[in-house]
Amino acid sequence: METTLDTGLTAWMLVSASLVLLMTPGLALFYGGMVRTKSVLNMMMMSYGAMAVVGVVYVLWGWSMSYASDSVGGIVGNPLTHFGLADSITDASGEFVLDGGLPVIVDVGFQVTFAIITVALISGAIADRVRFGTWLVFAGLWSTLAYFPMAHMVWGGGLLSADGPFAGIAEPIDFAGGTVVHINAGVAALVLAVVVGRRAGFGSVVLRPHNLPLVMLGAALLWFGWFGFNAGSAYGANGVAGLAWVNTTTATCAAILGWLLVEKIRDGHATSLGAASGIVAGLVAVTPAAGSVSPVGSLALGAVAGALSALAVGLKFRLGYDDSLDVVGVHLVAGLWGTVAIGFLATETGLLYGGGVAQLVVQVIIALVAVIISALVTIVIALVLKHTMGWRISEDDESSGIDASTHAESGYDFGGLGAPRSTAFLGASGPVPTPVAAAGTTSEVRS
Amino acid sequence: MKLITAIVKPHRIDDVKEALESFGITGMTVSEASGFGRQRGHSEVYRGAEYVVDFVPKIRLEILVEDVDAGPVVDAVVTASRTGRIGDGKVWVTPVEDVVRVRTGEKGEEAL
Repeated sequence: METTLDTGLTAWMLVSASLVLLMTPGLALFYGGMVRTKSVLNMMMMSYGAMAVVGVVYVLWGWSMSYASDSVGGIVGNPLTHFGLADSITDASGEFVLDGGLPVIVDVGFQVTFAIITVALISGAIADRVRFGTWLVFAGLWSTLAYFPMAHMVWGGGLLSADGPFAGIAEPIDFAGGTVVHINAGVAALVLAVVVGRRAGFGSVVLRPHNLPLVMLGAALLWFGWFGFNAGSAYGANGVAGLAWVNTTTATCAAILGWLLVEKIRDGHATSLGAASGIVAGLVAVTPAAGSVSPVGSLALGAVAGALSALAVGLKFRLGYDDSLDVVGVHLVAGLWGTVAIGFLATETGLLYGGGVAQLVVQVIIALVAVIISALVTIVIALVLKHTMGWRISEDDESSGIDASTHAESGYDFGGLGAPRSTAFLGASGPVPTPVAAAGTTSEVRS
Repeated sequence: MKLITAIVKPHRIDDVKEALESFGITGMTVSEASGFGRQRGHSEVYRGAEYVVDFVPKIRLEILVEDVDAGPVVDAVVTASRTGRIGDGKVWVTPVEDVVRVRTGEKGEEAL
């Protein structure tokens, strides 16, 4: 282990952590633009709520459950080992603890941003209709019971890692979180969409995006932040980071084209929402593969991801579950594809590069195990919450708009009827200051 | 007196206004409107889900004129707003019993 501080690495990881944190507000814009005017704030608040809750639990037990060395059966780290980041900041002599030249506390910062965005991603499946309190409790429970164990299994030396039982076939590859983040969130989204139920009017009423420029801006911020997500996962300011950066771009560009091509053939129009969605599909698919494919390979990976996701988003109408903003179609489908595609496209071990089927087999195994674990854990959490706190707001509140009923706010003031000018001010909730020397001023004006 | 009401395509409103100004019309009321005629609305596609939007955006124009001006004004509006394509709109004329200018209390044609 490197015992001296690598300032270049540390600088890069702090930048990467900041980039990844930016993805969640970006996601809030991406999701917020896709819902109707009356629910934009609640949609964005689910992302900000995920930031709040997961940011808190991560330093308490999340870091320890993900990366504590005393693993519980290869499934989860002991939450008590580094509870509250104990022994993770400084050592007995007061020096910052280093791992590979990087202060561990910097890694904590990098990793918490992944946990936050993963939980926030799920919210797209349950737009417009769930109690905010239930969502916050879900964020705490799901990150604890689904995300931290999955992070431990894949990255923390657990069951699905290079130290796990499947590594005998070939070393599983998940560079930046195909299983931990996207398959995990995509499966949870599918489970929640089914348990929570459909929005009022799903399939009959127009539930179209209210602000596509917001969606485009959100997609752009996600792409920008994703450079920290993927290139940062190289854990070095080095060539692997550069490769991941380029692959992240090329796969995404190809995915836009893949999505738009499907749209043009199927619907007759290449749409802006399709381009924004293609961006996310490409980013998702290249996430597990960013460090192990070539830029040319990433073009194929991205193009297929865009086309597959474009085809998959129609599944909800055919199967009848209301995955409102297509978390399943984009994150689960592209996440599965990216994870499996490594078996074909990895430049050293992939089938198409003469590496045999071992890599493909192990990639399919870790994807399936991740799907099963994530589904089981999420079903239990979702059903417990359904029968205790309850997921749904009332039908009246849903039809009048969740922003007004849940947050007592509205996203936009267009100055029309019902704007503040024609609304009575009922007073501040705190004490109202009396205007100073109001009487004197008035009399002077009158005289 | 007559009330001329015209429903026209939004991008024709400047031409209609210019035509009416050159005719000597001193005032008009313009409002945003939406609706459909025989051609119905249009369809939009979001992630493969197609929505038919029945109500097309239009501009509603209201002009009060003396009886004798009604015919020429209608002609001016129709000429200025016509593109020859479907959805150009409609113009109709309604008789008006009385008009009052709020500021002065003038009534009838004095108030136009």
